[in-house]
Amino acid sequence: MTITEKILALHCGEKKVTPGQFILADVDIALGNDITAPLAIEEVEKLNKKNLPHPEKVVLVSDHFTPNKDKESANQCLVVKKFAKKYAINNYFELGCGGIEHALLPEEGFIYPGELIIGADSHTCTYGALGAFATGVGSTDLAFTMMSGKIWLKVPESMKFIYSGKLREWVTGKDLILYAIGDIGVDGAHYRAMEFRGEAISKLSVDGRLTMCNMAIEAGGKSGIVAPDETTLKYIEQFKIPKSKIKVFESDKDAKYVDIKEYDVGEIEPQVAFPHLPSNTKPVSQAGNVNLDQVVIGSCTNGRLEDLRIAAKILKGKKVHPYLRTIIIPATQKIYLQALKEGLMEIFINAGAVVSPPTCGPCIGGHMGVLAKGEKCLATTNRNFVGRMGDKESEVYLASPAVAAASAVKGKIADPAEVM
Amino acid sequence: MNDSKQGKAYKFGDNISTDHIIPGRYYHLRSNLPELAKHVMEDADPKFTQNMKEGDFIVGGRNFGCGSSREHAPLIMKIRGVNAVLAKSFARIFYRNAINIGLPAIECDTDKIKEGDELKLNMGKGIVLNKTSGKEITFKALPPLMQKILNEGGVINYITKYKDLPLKAQ
Repeated sequence: MTITEKILALHCGEKKVTPGQFILADVDIALGNDITAPLAIEEVEKLNKKNLPHPEKVVLVSDHFTPNKDKESANQCLVVKKFAKKYAINNYFELGCGGIEHALLPEEGFIYPGELIIGADSHTCTYGALGAFATGVGSTDLAFTMMSGKIWLKVPESMKFIYSGKLREWVTGKDLILYAIGDIGVDGAHYRAMEFRGEAISKLSVDGRLTMCNMAIEAGGKSGIVAPDETTLKYIEQFKIPKSKIKVFESDKDAKYVDIKEYDVGEIEPQVAFPHLPSNTKPVSQAGNVNLDQVVIGSCTNGRLEDLRIAAKILKGKKVHPYLRTIIIPATQKIYLQALKEGLMEIFINAGAVVSPPTCGPCIGGHMGVLAKGEKCLATTNRNFVGRMGDKESEVYLASPAVAAASAVKGKIADPAEVM
Repeated sequence: MNDSKQGKAYKFGDNISTDHIIPGRYYHLRSNLPELAKHVMEDADPKFTQNMKEGDFIVGGRNFGCGSSREHAPLIMKIRGVNAVLAKSFARIFYRNAINIGLPAIECDTDKIKEGDELKLNMGKGIVLNKTSGKEITFKALPPLMQKILNEGGVINYITKYKDLPLKAQ
């Protein structure tokens, strides 16, 4: 069995599961946000139950339209807060206590190897970076899980991605995943578990792995996963999780994969995904002359400390282009504070960037950096679909924080090597 | 089930994302689903939302519904009375959301359907009849679990009625 099959088998009480099989699995963590939880809450409230069976397994984070964009978004967040109070959900993260859900949960110790996590948000697949099975579902699924503690799942086929060799300078987890999506397409891992392995993955930080697994959905994947190793275990040590709870699985030598992709990372340059699909990738050297109106460094994909450090390294002592807005969004309050302590915020502000509180805001064209007709934005986010960040005639280019910072300085898509 | 209903086909391309179906910029309207539903498919074809009638079909290509997990995407289609979504393939979260809320999502060869064709769906027989071309398009029946959820109008209805999911029937 693959690591994914082993985790799923454990959670449905079977010795073995096979791809295509439908299972009813026990859920360890169920996540909702201010967009998706209210629909789930309506369903739960309809049943008039006094208690949820496992309130401790529910995590609620209002992060999409927060700080409340307008009265409608304020109402949605209020629905979430009232529900958390009524059903004694302690894992409710109010503005100021949390941040963007997929950066927050791994930071708060909710995620560890062998768990099964569902979230009513497509980027829930992020958590596979710590050796868990995690997948995005809908609001009705979240309601069902809150009521029953379970989820129905089809066991996915697994697809293996082996990254060998050494990374070039300025090449990050973001580039590795964009490269793979560019190779296989936005439905290249349709319904599959994407298993990331190889020398380059072993050497990749937890932040880099979270970025990679975060974008599994952009290849149509059900989940992304990195088998737990020393890096994983060292990272989760800080949370003092009882050893009996941590289940370190590894794929068997004879595990079945529907496809295997092998990449030599030494060949991979920083990548840019052109509008309007994450698979529309080019090496930055072939980006041509694309003038930009905005750069966003943040999101559940690339708003972590490592990302901010890379951006600061490039922006230090420089100014962003005068006709370009640069928005930097630390993904959580803890990341914000640490960046402040390290002097990164001073670098950003001196460079002429604006620092936003943690929010999904501009990534979904919600607020805090929406695009006008015809504007072009390079973002470290995960999607560049039509109209994603604002006007349907605006354009979004996806890249790493390194490329984003370099592009902010140049006012057009640029290779970090050009400005350093 | 809308077995007897027929309607007109509205065709869309490959990789129709949840941002095409309902852009993030309207998400603050979530608490007002009928209002949100007025914008369904707006960024893919602004005319669709003005012209579509109850019983019509949304017809896509590959990877229909890719992107976000927002259940509002299939939900507002259901609210507007979309008969079913037909596509060559579906992004998985859109697919499970559609089933969970009771909107038929059918994988079939949509090259055999043109914009404006009159279609009739027979879920039981696994046939889409293209009345304009006179051709029948067959599709593989849904797995029993999904068919049963769909028959009850969604997973919440199912679990409320039967207290359990029909997994043993797999």
